Amino acid sequence: MTPVLIANARLIDPEAGEVREGAVLIEDGRIAEVFDTPAPDVSEDRVPAKARRDARGKCLAPGIVDIGVKVCEPGERHKESYKTAGDAAAAGGVTTMVTRPDTDPAIDTPETLEFIRRRAVEASLVHVLPMAALTKGRQGREMTEIGFLMDAGAVAFSDCDHVVRDTKVLTRAMTYAAGLGALIVGHPQEPILSDGGAATSGKFASLRGLPTVSPMAERMGLDRDIALVEMTGARYHADQVTAARALPPLERAKRNGFDVTAATSMHHLTLNEMDLADYRTFFKVKPPLRSEDDRQAVIEAVKTGLIDIVSSMHTPQDEESKRLPFEEAASGAVGLETMLPVLLRLYHSGDLPLPVLFRALSLNPARRLGLEAGRIARGAPADLVLFDPDKPFVLDRFKLRSKSKNTPFDGARLQGKVIATFVAGSAVYEAD
Amino acid sequence: MRFDHRHLLGIEALRPDEIVTLLDLADRYVALGRQQEKHASLLTGRTQINMFFETSTRTQASFELAGKRMGADVMSMAMQASSIKKGETLIDTALTLNAMHPDLLIVRHPHSGAVALLAQKVNCAVINAGDGRHEHPTQALLDALTIRRRKGRLHRLTVAICGDIAHSRVARSNILLLHKLENRVRLVGPPTLLPSGIEDFGVEVTHDMREGLADADVVMMLRLQKERMDGGFIPSEREYYHRYGLDAEKLAHAKEDAIVMHPGPMNRGVEIDGTLADDINRSVIQEQVEMGVAVRMAAMDLLARNLRARPTEVMA
Repeated sequence: MTPVLIANARLIDPEAGEVREGAVLIEDGRIAEVFDTPAPDVSEDRVPAKARRDARGKCLAPGIVDIGVKVCEPGERHKESYKTAGDAAAAGGVTTMVTRPDTDPAIDTPETLEFIRRRAVEASLVHVLPMAALTKGRQGREMTEIGFLMDAGAVAFSDCDHVVRDTKVLTRAMTYAAGLGALIVGHPQEPILSDGGAATSGKFASLRGLPTVSPMAERMGLDRDIALVEMTGARYHADQVTAARALPPLERAKRNGFDVTAATSMHHLTLNEMDLADYRTFFKVKPPLRSEDDRQAVIEAVKTGLIDIVSSMHTPQDEESKRLPFEEAASGAVGLETMLPVLLRLYHSGDLPLPVLFRALSLNPARRLGLEAGRIARGAPADLVLFDPDKPFVLDRFKLRSKSKNTPFDGARLQGKVIATFVAGSAVYEAD
Repeated sequence: MRFDHRHLLGIEALRPDEIVTLLDLADRYVALGRQQEKHASLLTGRTQINMFFETSTRTQASFELAGKRMGADVMSMAMQASSIKKGETLIDTALTLNAMHPDLLIVRHPHSGAVALLAQKVNCAVINAGDGRHEHPTQALLDALTIRRRKGRLHRLTVAICGDIAHSRVARSNILLLHKLENRVRLVGPPTLLPSGIEDFGVEVTHDMREGLADADVVMMLRLQKERMDGGFIPSEREYYHRYGLDAEKLAHAKEDAIVMHPGPMNRGVEIDGTLADDINRSVIQEQVEMGVAVRMAAMDLLARNLRARPTEVMA
C-alpha cells in the first residue's frame, strides 16, 4: 500500500488533550509520522503527489471505538446486518464497533461467536470486536464458556439489559471471569425495581401516566456491581451511567482503586425526559431519558473523566416495533451514523472541548479494551476520522445507512459532518 | 363561542373558556334528557363507533346513550375479544375502522397515549374514553358540571381528591381541569398511591384524611382497584378503610355543605361508607351519571360541528 499524507489538518489529540495544526503520514495501515507543521517537508519519493491529501484545516481525530453496538445478526437481519452497520459506522467516523451479544439467539457459544466474526470480516467496512454473553441465553442462570469465548475473540462479557437477578450467579461468573482477566460489562439497574419502567419517575412521566422507574434503581444496580467487584476482583465496565445519583458511588469505587470504568450514551448526554413529549416512541431508550439536572451532571462527569466513555448504544428497531403505544413500544435508537454530529452539539455549546470528546469516544474505550487505537501517535493504527465540525445540516432519517431508521434526531438541525473515515489507512468512507 | 379541536383527547389541551363553553352546552342537554322526548338530531346520519380495549359498562353505556340521543348510528365493539387477540396492531385496527368512514370514534385503551396514537391515523373525530393512567376527559367534565350545578360556581373551591391517585386517569384529568378554572386542589392518599413528582404538581398533598378534608367544598373519592388492595400498595382493605375510607366522621371535617363524589363503580366499605354513598343530601354520585350523558352529548355536538367544517380531510 502506498503511503498517504494528510496535510493541513487540525489534529485532535486526546492523549495530549490538545488541538494543534499538523499533518499525519500513514504507512502500512499505521501512523508512521505525526508532524507539528501543517505542510511538512516530505519527499516526492516517499509520498507521491496523488497520495497527498489537503485537509483544508478540518479536524483529524482518532476513529471512534463504540462499545455496545447492536448488529442484529443472527436473528433479525431485517433490522441491521454487518454490511449496513459497517456502512453506517464508516459514515459516522466509527472505526471499531464493539458489538453486543443480545441477538436472537444470544452470542453465548464459541460457535456463534465464530459465525458472527466471519460475517463481520466479509461484510463490515470497519473493525468489529464482539462481546459475548455472560450467562447462557442471557438467562442469568449459568455462566457461558468464558475461556473458550475469549479464545474465540470475545473482548468482553455482558448480558446487556438482562441484568443478572441472581446475585450468587453473578458472583460466581465474576469470580471466574476475574481469574481469566475477562472484562465484565454490566447494565447498572436494580432489576426488580426497574421492571416495566418506561420513563423516569417525576412530574413529567406522572402527568402522562407512564409506568416509571426511579433513577435510584440505577444507583442500586451500580452499588451491587461495585460491591461484587470489591469481592471478586473482576474487571468491570458499566455500560450506561445516566443519573446524577449514580455518580458518587462510581467516584468512590475509582478512588478506592477498583478496576471500574463507566460509559454513558449519546442520548442521555443530549436529550432529556421532556423530549418524550406526547409519547414519541423514537425517544424510548433504556434506561429512560432522565431529567435535565441528571443530563447536566452526566456531561460534567464526562468532562472531568469520571465517566470514561461515551457510546452510541446503537439499537436498531423496525417501524412496527416503534409504532405502538409507548409502554408497548421497543426501546432503543440507532446512533452509529449520528453520534458524532449529535455530540458536537456539546462542543458547540461549550460543554466539551474536542480533545475531551475524543478521549471519551476513542482513547478511553480503546484503552479499556487494550487496543492500540484511539490515538494520534506514531505507531498507532491509522484508524482516523476527518470531519468538519461546523458544517450545518438537517438530519433526514431515511438517508441513514442503517436498515432501521429509528433515530430521535429526525429533522434535527445539527452541525458537523464526517468528510472521510480511514480504517487501517484505507478510506472506507468519503463524503460526496 | 369557540371550540377548535378536532378530537377530545384530554383536558390538557383545552382552554378555560372552551371548558365553560362545553359545560354551558351540556346544561342544555341535561334539560333535554329530563324531557319525555329526548332526541336531538345533530348527529343524524352520522356513525359513531365505540372501541373499548378495556372493559367498561358505565362509560360505554353512557357514550352509547349519548350518541343515540343525538341521532347517530352507534356501534359498540368489545375490542379485547376480537382483533387484538389475533395479533392485529392498534394502528391496523384504526386503519380498518377508518375505512368504514365513521364520524366519531370513542376509544378506551389500557395504555397511556394509545388513544392519541390512534387519533393520528384516522380521519374522524376521536374522543378519549380513558387511556391508561393518562386522561379521562369526559369524566372530569361531568364532574365539573356536577360541581358547578351544585355549588353554583366552578372557581375558588377547595376540592379534595382522595385515594389511589397514582393509577387514576380520573384524578389527572380532574387536577388539570380544576387548576385551569382556578380551584384549590388537595390530594389525599397513602404515599404508595401518590404518583412520583407530586410535589411539582402545584397541589396540596397530605396523607391524613381529616387534614385533607378540612374545609373542603367537594370530596372526590376514587375507586381502589381490587388487585392493588392486598399487600402490594396498601397492607389490607380494612386498614385502608380505617385510614382513608370516607365515613360520616371524616366527612364532618369538610364544609357543612360539602358534596361527595365518586366516578364509580364503588367499593362500598373500602373507599366509601355505603350509607354515606346513598345519602341524597351529601352524595351526588347518581347525579354524576346523569351529567355524564349530557357532557358526552355536548362533546359530540362540538366535535361534530367541526367535522362539518372540514368534511373531506385526507390522511397523510
